[in-house]
Amino acid sequence: MLDLTHDAPAPKVIQGAKEDWELVIGLEVHAQVASMAKLFSGASTAFGAEPNSNVAFVDAAMPGMLPVINEYCVAQAVRTGLGLKAQINLFSAFDRKNYFYPDQPAGYQISQLYHPIVGEGEVIVDMGPGVARKVRIERIHLEQDAGKSIHDMDPAASFVDLNRAGVALMEIVSRPDIRGPEEAAAYILKLRQIMRYLGTCDGDMQNGNLRADVNVSVCRPGDYEKYRETGDFSHLGTRCEIKNMNSTRFIQQAIEVEARRQIAILEDGGEVVQETRGFDPDRGETRSQRSKEEAHDYRYFPDPDLLPLEIEQGWVDDIAGTLPELPDEKKARFVSGFGMTEYDASVLTAEVENAAYFEEVAVGRDGKLAANWVINELFGRLKKDDDRDIEDSPVSAAQLGQIIDLISKGDISGKIAKDLFEIVWTEGGDPARIVEERGMRQVTDTGAIEAAVDQVIADNPAQVQKAQANPKLAGWFVGQVMKATGGKANPKAVNDIVTAKLGL
Amino acid sequence: MSIDTDTARRVARLARIRVEEDQLPALAGEFNAILGFIEQLSEVDVTGVEPMTSVTPQRLKRRDDEVTDGGYPKKVLSNAPDAREGFFAVPKVVE
Repeated sequence: MLDLTHDAPAPKVIQGAKEDWELVIGLEVHAQVASMAKLFSGASTAFGAEPNSNVAFVDAAMPGMLPVINEYCVAQAVRTGLGLKAQINLFSAFDRKNYFYPDQPAGYQISQLYHPIVGEGEVIVDMGPGVARKVRIERIHLEQDAGKSIHDMDPAASFVDLNRAGVALMEIVSRPDIRGPEEAAAYILKLRQIMRYLGTCDGDMQNGNLRADVNVSVCRPGDYEKYRETGDFSHLGTRCEIKNMNSTRFIQQAIEVEARRQIAILEDGGEVVQETRGFDPDRGETRSQRSKEEAHDYRYFPDPDLLPLEIEQGWVDDIAGTLPELPDEKKARFVSGFGMTEYDASVLTAEVENAAYFEEVAVGRDGKLAANWVINELFGRLKKDDDRDIEDSPVSAAQLGQIIDLISKGDISGKIAKDLFEIVWTEGGDPARIVEERGMRQVTDTGAIEAAVDQVIADNPAQVQKAQANPKLAGWFVGQVMKATGGKANPKAVNDIVTAKLGL
Repeated sequence: MSIDTDTARRVARLARIRVEEDQLPALAGEFNAILGFIEQLSEVDVTGVEPMTSVTPQRLKRRDDEVTDGGYPKKVLSNAPDAREGFFAVPKVVE
């Protein structure tokens, strides 16, 4: 594998009223496992069902109901761990995290505090060509999602839907290695990209299947490096946790305002209190959620309903054997194999569907030409068509490949190819047949081109004189001939013949 | 570890169990008796002994990823003191 070397980005520095400050950020990302059924029940995970219809009695915590683990959810967590180059723990166990909330009918969430299924790993977060942050992963554990409370349907009541209760989540906990708001957003998007490649999480942030708790603290320049050298957290500031964010834009805003709030306190001689805060995007501020403080006493204990989860190395190896090529490797291969820039490779590998489409177009063809067509023409056209998904592209990868073949063979010019692309986009059809039927084939017959050139020269004696005095004006003749042939003449052939006929 | 009435009050509150003020000293006493009994266990030297999770050797039972349950919202809601439009209705939870 080709390794793209990179430099670490500079940490974000915020100028306070008195001095400079740096940010230290750690994230807990909750990713909904892509599965048909819930973590401990056979109820469906489908989004958007009628309220309380995707609920089994165990999800509603009816007395006597016992959880039975969905093995596929375990495999998905292992797969995610392998994708993050993380330690897989063959022994893990489930614990009860106790708290009361109406959308948590059992009064506890089944989670993994003491023995998570996945241990330490890492994520390379690209911040631009040649620049990337390596973020260490501390752990990933499996846990249940809660139900959903709706507060605006009745003035005196909250309405609870348990469809989401019991759906499997992976909580991915990072080390405090993220050094700015943009890095935090890029980290989440990179996790999302990797999990979408792996097929372990859909990453649909709007539907809440990727959410994050953001831990923010500030320190003076140099302190973070001391922490990394010694592992001693006392070099870092006191952190606050901003809960339940599901938009990368809001996460960036929240980090920025929370850092400035802490800096103002510290420069005023005060102390930051470790607490949970919520972000209010309308007012652009974070607010203390004191009500949740007491709930922090979760009184974890091993869940007596569940034996420890023991998995076999052979099973893990089988999963490892089915891992797809991951974004970093794919990007490196696109750069080295197709000779494209790192930027183009990033664009093409951002979504796994885009990369697959490109590869289908590029196979056996000029990779750079294919990259150009996919990025400039296809992506441009998809965007223009209301940001259409590549799966719904009216021009298939096979059709785009045929268009590129027609250019490579010299049957059509690049300009005509754009017209052809538009025809295939709107009407569909076989590109080669369209070229034949509509007479779009490039004229390479020199006799026909010569006749057209002779005609233009005969019609424009004054231009001939000018061009002979100034050879740069020969381009005008080329343009006239292209026009006369409906754009179908081979531009290079026209140019050669014009130059010769004008005696330049 | 010794449990005082403040801790007993806190534990009761976390468990959402109402305990009258005059009952707290007795509750704290019971907690202490239980904890004292458990502390005796720590006198046993368990160095090198694997924690036992089951009396008989058993493997955690697994299920396949298939939708086999759900689809009975009326039954799920049947014990709810208040249910409206398919939802459980609970006293307003103020964020």
